[in-house]
Amino acid sequence: MVKYIAKRILQFIPVFLGVTLILFIMQNVVPGDPIKLIAGERKLDPQVELNLRATHGFIETDADGKIIYDENGDTIETPMWKRYVTYLSDLLHGDLGTSYQRGTPVSEIIAQKYPYTVQLALVAIVIEAVVGIGAGIISAIKRYSFWDILVTLVTSLLVAMPAFWFGMLLQLIFGVWLKDLTGGALSLPISGVAGPIAKYPAWMYYILPAVTLAAVSTAYTARIMRSQLLDVMNQDYIRTAKAKGLSKSAIIRKHALKNALIPVVTYVGMDFGAMLAGAILTETVFSWPGIGRETYIAITQRDWPIVMGTVTVIVVVVMIINLIVDVSYAFLDPRIRLGSSKNEG
Amino acid sequence: MKYPHAIPADAHIQTPAHAASSSDSAASRTLWGDAWGRLKKNKLAIIAAIWIVFIVIVALSADLWVPQVLGDPNATAAGVSMADASRLPPSLQHPFGTDTLGRDVLSRVIYGARVSLTVGVVATGISTAIGLVMGALAAYYGGIWDTIIMRLADIFLAFPYTLFVIAMIAVIGNGIQNVFIAIGILGWPSIARVFRSAILSVKQNDYVDAARAMGASDARIIVRHIFPNSVASIVVYATMNIGGAILTESALSFLGMGVVPPDPSWGTLIQDGQQYLQTQPWLMILPGLAILSTVLAFTLLGDGLRDALDVKMKDA
Repeated sequence: MVKYIAKRILQFIPVFLGVTLILFIMQNVVPGDPIKLIAGERKLDPQVELNLRATHGFIETDADGKIIYDENGDTIETPMWKRYVTYLSDLLHGDLGTSYQRGTPVSEIIAQKYPYTVQLALVAIVIEAVVGIGAGIISAIKRYSFWDILVTLVTSLLVAMPAFWFGMLLQLIFGVWLKDLTGGALSLPISGVAGPIAKYPAWMYYILPAVTLAAVSTAYTARIMRSQLLDVMNQDYIRTAKAKGLSKSAIIRKHALKNALIPVVTYVGMDFGAMLAGAILTETVFSWPGIGRETYIAITQRDWPIVMGTVTVIVVVVMIINLIVDVSYAFLDPRIRLGSSKNEG
Repeated sequence: MKYPHAIPADAHIQTPAHAASSSDSAASRTLWGDAWGRLKKNKLAIIAAIWIVFIVIVALSADLWVPQVLGDPNATAAGVSMADASRLPPSLQHPFGTDTLGRDVLSRVIYGARVSLTVGVVATGISTAIGLVMGALAAYYGGIWDTIIMRLADIFLAFPYTLFVIAMIAVIGNGIQNVFIAIGILGWPSIARVFRSAILSVKQNDYVDAARAMGASDARIIVRHIFPNSVASIVVYATMNIGGAILTESALSFLGMGVVPPDPSWGTLIQDGQQYLQTQPWLMILPGLAILSTVLAFTLLGDGLRDALDVKMKDA
């Protein structure tokens, strides 16, 4: 087990380097000078501009941060590979860089925004697990019944619609059409998480964004649950249990569910990782101040240190979650021995 | 992803590879003939296919009739004051109503279909092409090739997908061509994995050994023997992928990173309608229904093809 975890972490290193390298190359081929963008329309004082270039590592400086000039009195541009190495070594020291536009440390921005994403993901994952697994079980037990058809229909629709559109529909239904019924608590603007202007208990602001974020994955969870349970119910040991005269509910509770749940738990776990990556669209529709929206804004502003920082954190978090899911898989299902078979992708 | 796919060697299922090499069996049943027979019985898949054909015909023929009947998708109302033409509710003349600038929304939805369908098909084409080459290299040659390509796929899949597409668009710029380049390039790893597993299972078959023993080159074995026997899974996967590409395009356009205004796309139409959610909700509902119905149609058709071609796929 320890060997397996160590191996996974080692495999993670090239992937991590690859992801950051690709982003690093991207930001260097993107049109537009980020330092010039800071000033916007205004003209930057040449000395200020030089200092900014020095702070963000675009030109060579000495150990004290003083700009180095060559024999012609020109500054020396730092080559890309050197900046990438600097980025990596800074990263190892816990330094994610400084935002071009705001001048604040990226780690500070992440510390401020990430909790919102995590909270939303937690609410969404609970919805996904409870509703998805519940619907899947009902659907499988009462196969071909009205409920089964309903679940199949709803899940098919949910996976075929853009999630941001679904979010708007929710806003329309609960915030506009049912305004009186919901007491205006869910009315527009729903967004903005309890701040000074918040009129309602904070948890109310989580409902619609969390449902939106969970929608598509809940549909998948229900489908996987249904097919897994149906699959397990056809196994020999279930037939044996039936032959022993156990009631259907006892068979499902004590025998079928345990095995059928394993792939479902894996899916939900992986999906939690994906949710922690931030949901740009959900966060945009509801103006949710999370990491996804922050990264999106940073991309449009060419504020690459933020993009590098958030993606770095996101990729690490997702990898860790996936590793935890894989390891817990071995605990849930004793048939699986990690490390013996190479994951074939 | 587990993806065991091998067309069973039952006598009644003729693979194209076999059919092509034995002329005497030309009249016998083929994989595609059998599949069509099964697909015909799947009502949902047929309805989905009819819907797709309908949208394609409407989108292709739009220039011939839409401007005359409904109005130019990009032309603002002429001859009337903006107050009289702006954001009209659905009527006979404007079945989907009009937008803020007095433009006919149905006309814009129809022209938006061109964008969505083109992106869906072209982006899927690009990712399928890259994925096939990568998957074939990885599976057929194995060893170091397999390691490098699959690690590269891991890197691509480790990126948060939407963020990656947006970052890519930020680098290469807005516009429909760039949208399909971005979606196309980023979509290859999953196709490569599917094709790789398909090849790995087909490769085990005796007829591949036989072909090699007869001196066939690697390229010939891949193109003539392995590809026809894994094409079913690729067709199914690509069909479903089109729906996914349409969804991604709508998200990009919604974020203002897709087509360039004033050209309509389903995503930009939703974005335009968002601000009138309280007063003119149809502006945002109708383009969303267009996306929903089209993506659903591709999914149902994909499901139907999967069952008809007897492709085993992991659920969801």
